[in-house]
Amino acid sequence: MKTVNEIKLTVDAKSVNEAYCRVAVASFASQLDPTVEEISDIKTAVSEAVTNCIVHAYRAKKGKIYITVSVTDDSTVIVKIRDNGIGIQDVKKAREPLFTTGGDDRSGLGFSVMECFSDKLRVYSKEGRGTTVTIYKKIRGKCDDDS
Amino acid sequence: MQVLFKKDKDTLTAYLNGDIDHHTAKSIRETIDSEMQRLMPGKLRLDFKNVHFMDSSGVGLVMGRYKTASVYGCAVSVCEMPSSVEKIMKMSGLGKIIEFEKD
Ligand SMILES: Nc1ncnc2c1ncn2[C@@H]1O[C@H](COP(=O)(O)OP(=O)(O)O)[C@@H](O)[C@H]1O
Ligand SMILES: [Mg+2]
Repeated sequence: MKTVNEIKLTVDAKSVNEAYCRVAVASFASQLDPTVEEISDIKTAVSEAVTNCIVHAYRAKKGKIYITVSVTDDSTVIVKIRDNGIGIQDVKKAREPLFTTGGDDRSGLGFSVMECFSDKLRVYSKEGRGTTVTIYKKIRGKCDDDS
Repeated sequence: MQVLFKKDKDTLTAYLNGDIDHHTAKSIRETIDSEMQRLMPGKLRLDFKNVHFMDSSGVGLVMGRYKTASVYGCAVSVCEMPSSVEKIMKMSGLGKIIEFEKD
């Protein structure tokens, strides 16, 4: 598959920007004519990844979040979300449902939600260097005319 | 995000409004907890009718209120969920510990 359109965003790691990030990505993805549910899935997965940068990677300290959104010629949205934060020691463990190093009100379900609401999820991390999460979402749309 | 409350007999209903994410969850949590502490209801209902976006921070919020309410012997239920909210609630397994009200 080939990228046919792409945008890049650099955002301060502030919780007030969580809503902006998911809305911006969803708005760019809308060129593939997704269903309401597909848009909602993308927003949710992006919100999880961006929140993790703010809460875990930078631990509420200053930092930047780098987002690249591309759409491909086979109707897939690819969202890459990168931070230069603390990184993840054991990615496999971090991806397990309910695993959290966060406080009381963190559910440990962020990665499970990202997996469930996308078609594929890649997580690359290096301790002390940062984390890159890539979300792949195939847009099937309403599938009106190809039955 | 503002939360409206209605108390009917022993039941306190919290009407949630707007997006629930990590950014908004903190003030929602504080508002609900202080109202619970003030009124000590036997049941807390969380109404999601006007919530159009929610991520796992919302699941954490509901789970946290369930734990806090249990301390007072207060039951918790959720209702009026739009399909997007219901989808994440269901996948989280919250239905096993909290009542999903059907009308
Ligand atoms: N960008 C990140 N940088 C560092 N650690 C992370 C990052 N994303 C996730 N983690 C780690 O993975 C764990 C699980 O993440 P998640 O499934 O989203 O649950 P939660 O955010 O509720 O803790 C986090 O508690 C944290 O330890
Ligand atoms: Mg998370």
